[in-house]
Amino acid sequence: MTEAAAKVPTTPRQPGGGLFDAARDRLRRGDLGSIPVAVGLVLIAIVFSALNGHFLSAENLTNLALQMAATGTIALGIVLVLLLGEIDLSVGSVSGLSAVVMTVLYTQQGWNPVLAVLGALVTGAVIGALHGLMRTKLAMPSFVVTLAGLIGWLGLMLFLLGKAGTINLPFDRGIASLSDTWLPPWLGWALVVVLVGTHLTSSLVTQRMRVAAELAAPSTTWVLARSAGLAVLLVAGLLVLNADRGVPLTLVIFGGLVVLVDLALRRTVWGRRMYAVGGNAEASRRAGINVTQVRILAFVGASTLAAVGGVLAASRLAAVNQTSGGSDILLNAIAAAVIGGTSLFGGRGRAYAALLGILVIQSITNGMLLLNVDSSVRFMVTGAVLAIAVAIDSLARRGAADGLT
Amino acid sequence: MSQQDKVQPDTNPPRTGTPVLSVRGATKRYGAVQALAGADLDVHAGEVVALVGDNGAGKSTLVKVISGAITADTGTVAFEGEPVHITRPQDAQALGITTVFQDLALCENLDVVANLHLGSEVRSHTVLGEIRMERAARDLLTSLDVKIKDVRTPVASLSGGQRQSVAIARALLGDPKMVILDEPTAALGVEQTAQVLGLIKRLRERGLAVVLISHNLSDVREVSDRVVVLRLGRNAGTFETASTTQEEIVAAITGADAYGKAS
Repeated sequence: MTEAAAKVPTTPRQPGGGLFDAARDRLRRGDLGSIPVAVGLVLIAIVFSALNGHFLSAENLTNLALQMAATGTIALGIVLVLLLGEIDLSVGSVSGLSAVVMTVLYTQQGWNPVLAVLGALVTGAVIGALHGLMRTKLAMPSFVVTLAGLIGWLGLMLFLLGKAGTINLPFDRGIASLSDTWLPPWLGWALVVVLVGTHLTSSLVTQRMRVAAELAAPSTTWVLARSAGLAVLLVAGLLVLNADRGVPLTLVIFGGLVVLVDLALRRTVWGRRMYAVGGNAEASRRAGINVTQVRILAFVGASTLAAVGGVLAASRLAAVNQTSGGSDILLNAIAAAVIGGTSLFGGRGRAYAALLGILVIQSITNGMLLLNVDSSVRFMVTGAVLAIAVAIDSLARRGAADGLT
Repeated sequence: MSQQDKVQPDTNPPRTGTPVLSVRGATKRYGAVQALAGADLDVHAGEVVALVGDNGAGKSTLVKVISGAITADTGTVAFEGEPVHITRPQDAQALGITTVFQDLALCENLDVVANLHLGSEVRSHTVLGEIRMERAARDLLTSLDVKIKDVRTPVASLSGGQRQSVAIARALLGDPKMVILDEPTAALGVEQTAQVLGLIKRLRERGLAVVLISHNLSDVREVSDRVVVLRLGRNAGTFETASTTQEEIVAAITGADAYGKAS
């Protein structure tokens, strides 16, 4: 029954069978989705908790959440440019520069903190627009454009920092309090209820509309199971965080941005055109898509998200200094996007790649710090994980390609 | 012989109405190369015209003139009897002429639904109307008898024939009057070629004017109503497919005359 129904396009597929068919087809194409990352996270949790019982404690997991917000937000911007098959090497410098701009506006020019943060975001957006124009109007490779950006914006940041090299933020109010704000337990619960409720409602509405349009629709059981799965994940996270200080506001900001970007990529015309240009720019151009505009917007998005990441990092440190946006932030952001399953060749990847990838990288960093392992070992392990993640993806795809021929 | 009469090529009984497209005396020169030297072409509604000729005969140049990719140096184009000037691809599209190029221009990472609506997504404000697009895609493919199991499959995992079918189906979404197909069966296997040829026949049944560029004379003989042969940028004969042998067409393509007459 399901076999026959699946072959005739005019008959709606049998829900359960169609679902398994779709999952099997995806696996056969070598699209492992987030399975390897999920397995990797479980392995990391098992190994580190065996070596140090403190790893899975509420306090440490809360720290983990705080640590990953800034670089995770930057990785989200990297996902945008990678989707177009481009690269942005300047996100670290841009995050540092934007944070310094914000700090100068706030502490030295006496701006309202909200306006100062907006100033940082505008700085990021303008820089992104500049990168995008250089990429499209001058046809410069994005690697070169953003390499110049990496060096140049770092220089501008050092210039703004002046001789002192460090500007402190008042740590008990304003921007610094951003990363010391915790949702009270009731608000955390309300957030979870709203999220799961919205997910369930929209899934059910979509299911009804698909049935009405005589299209293959998932069964009600499956819809409920998916929302229940989401609820279990969110409640587990909430219980852990509430056992310590509560849900950190920075995590809400990062999570909210991931959800927003995901919805924009999957549900809007802009997102569809991002994937189209990343998949085949020439075909998109012939179909009447403004490829230049799509590319410029991606660079604006990457730099703006880098600015958000810079603000979050400055808020956590309660200062900006010469290493803001430096050291391994750029490398971790790119590695996170790639480990999460974003292709470097464009057209493939999701916003959640940033969340999953940064979770892997930050877990390793955090676990290694707990074990008092030297950073030399940490870099080697992170490098190996990145290589393994990409190798698994490549092997799955090559195996699938061999199977097709 | 009326078929080979180059001055009045459309005196054949079944096609007496105004042609959908009529090109007269098109010329195009690229530096020292005379790509077109006064080519004519008529295409009627509900007719498949095969455009054949050796490499460099001017087929692609003539099609590019019609689709607005290039502009002819001299010559006239009439669409449904009215003289028109096609200087950009948008001009051709506005008239209802759509071209499926050999590279298909599909996004392999996107599914069939997204490819069919590429650049003309159904939307309310900026949100995609996925359900309406999927429904439209399924209905269109069903009406063309194109068999694709799941329209949510990425194009990368479709067969060559299915990809060609998706590209042709996409050309139909704009409700065109004329479709130009550039080598649609090149690089396809036997069964997939049959699928695509079947699709071309259904385009004719829909009353579309179809121009088919092909090197494969057996495909040409199977689906076309008329064969227009180009040689060195000029018309080298127009044949009724049903009453012409393959040898006659080959002779016109190569310039060797099967009957010993000067062409």
